[in-house]
Amino acid sequence: MAAAEKQAVTGAGPFNGLLTWIDQRFPLMETWRSHLSEYYAPKNFNFWYYFGSLALFVLVIQIVTGIFLTMNYKPDASQAFASVEYIMREVPWGWWIRYMHSTGASFFFICVYLHMFRAMLYGSYRKPRELLWIFGMLIFLCLMAEAFFGYLLPWGQMSYWGAQVIVNLFDAIPVIGPDLAIWIRGDFVVSDATLNRFFAYHVIAVPLALLALVVAHLLALHEVGSSNPDGVEIKNVKDPKTGKPLDGIPFHPYYTVKDTFGVVVFLIVFSIVVFFAPDGFGLFLEDNNFIPADPLKTPPHIAPVWYFTPYYSILRATTESFMWALAAGVIAMAGLIIWSVKNPRTRIAVTALALALLLGFYAFDPKVWGVVLMGTSVMIFFFMPWLDRSPVRSIRYKGPITKTAIALFVIAFFVLGYLGTQAVTEERTLAAQIGTAVYFLFFFLMPWYSKMDKCRPEPERVTSK
Amino acid sequence: MSDQSEVNRRRRSLVIASACAGGASAVATAVPFAASMLPSERAEALGAPVEADIGQLNPGEKMTVEWRGQPVWILHRSKEMLEDVKLADGKVADPKSERKKGELTPEYARNEYRSIKPEYLVVVGICTHLGCSPQDRLKAGPEAFESQWTGGFYCPCHGSLFDLAGRVYKNKPAPDNLKVPPYTYLSDTRILIGDDKKGA
Repeated sequence: MAAAEKQAVTGAGPFNGLLTWIDQRFPLMETWRSHLSEYYAPKNFNFWYYFGSLALFVLVIQIVTGIFLTMNYKPDASQAFASVEYIMREVPWGWWIRYMHSTGASFFFICVYLHMFRAMLYGSYRKPRELLWIFGMLIFLCLMAEAFFGYLLPWGQMSYWGAQVIVNLFDAIPVIGPDLAIWIRGDFVVSDATLNRFFAYHVIAVPLALLALVVAHLLALHEVGSSNPDGVEIKNVKDPKTGKPLDGIPFHPYYTVKDTFGVVVFLIVFSIVVFFAPDGFGLFLEDNNFIPADPLKTPPHIAPVWYFTPYYSILRATTESFMWALAAGVIAMAGLIIWSVKNPRTRIAVTALALALLLGFYAFDPKVWGVVLMGTSVMIFFFMPWLDRSPVRSIRYKGPITKTAIALFVIAFFVLGYLGTQAVTEERTLAAQIGTAVYFLFFFLMPWYSKMDKCRPEPERVTSK
Repeated sequence: MSDQSEVNRRRRSLVIASACAGGASAVATAVPFAASMLPSERAEALGAPVEADIGQLNPGEKMTVEWRGQPVWILHRSKEMLEDVKLADGKVADPKSERKKGELTPEYARNEYRSIKPEYLVVVGICTHLGCSPQDRLKAGPEAFESQWTGGFYCPCHGSLFDLAGRVYKNKPAPDNLKVPPYTYLSDTRILIGDDKKGA
């Protein structure tokens, strides 16, 4: 028997025997080695590299607190709001578990946004890590779905009207839209049927997909190896004797210790919010959501939770007058592509696509295009590995154009995010339209500016003090 | 060699055929699951018409009744309000209710005031943009969102504006006028919402 010939486990003291017994029946030591003790990660990880493991940690918090919340929550339109208040006021420690869950949602997004921004800074999505990036983006989509479904459950005013607005986005799709929206809601308006199915999505369907994707994300990471702030491959320079990368250190114990430190600092910040500002000053839990849902009355001011506001701003910015800017943008993009691509087939395809879009702008309401732009603003991230054509990966060696572009993008993201929390005025709509333009130009012009930018040469090996 | 490839081809055909059959049954199995998410019989039945008594409604006042879980507004328009409707003609996108005729505005409400009797406006108080319920801004006068406001409704979600006949302003996120539900007068003071065939 091959399994029985495996070497006995050593170094675990009194547990050697037990571990050997397991290892002969399960690839325990092999898994331990390939993913932890002999997974070589670059030695120059910095602050930004905390957020991957922190996101995983928050996922654990959400699952654990979520399980305990379902023990008292009732997914029924007539009882949901009261059951949340019951958890808050009468269940022992219920307030703590619920505040951890609601604060955890916001912290999940903070970690994931910083984790994604890290990848954008250091070009972690570049070849051969495209699939790793795509799995990450799918996790992000699942997270958005999870947050959206979960936000309906307390059945407050913001829950109700937020869900109403988002489900009605599907209503904008030509032809099938209205029936699709009814199918999603299971009723003609957001109702008990909607709440019940969103509960099913929130507690089982999406978390299962999320967990599977996290596993795929980690497996893809360990297949290609981690990138680093210099954006150079540590695999290129190996110790000739051992075959281990010279700039790599084993994930365990080096990064397990580093990440544990990160978790401790995270828990300090997290606890401060949970205990002293669980509503995040109206950002994490909105004031209107402390009022039970009323299908006959929209609150005077509705806004999504902060992590959705940039995309929401883009949706609101798409008015009839903005369609002209959009049409001009499509014509300019088509011209730019035709000018720089010599292949006649591509040119014809681009012309046809541009004409189809222009026709569509004319034929369908701005409402439809607002939804399309909002969808595009999230989906465009998927294409970053192919949009970025810089000869170097990391921001450290990229030139001034890319640095300016990233800075402008971050400003646009924050401005859009702020505007999404505010009521509409003419000036704010104009600001959101400018922000939307900057947001999309960052992506759509990337193939050109990333290529023409004056980059510095990448080093042979990682730099670190 | 040739013998073996012949066997392979046969096998391949069988594999393709059984994969197609399996795939088709998997898709067929998905249908009942997808169908289970449609509105149930009970949800469909709750769409019955409702009656409203407008006897107590003074000029300038508005009442809300629930029909199919949606707010339906009944606004008793005063003389000035009817004048305000005319003033808004130039500002609204579809003054004569010509878009999506049958769906948004029944035949009998396709007039200047979008109603059977000019004094009484009956509309579904759900914005045609993304389904929020607009707020009353019935009085004419300068507002933050429109300096020469002639009265109407303001949607807090995305800033769409509607005049006192539920007609949408130009260059706003909402594409269409507020929906006029099917309705009929049972008597001078009683309205049936949800059905326009008398005695039904």
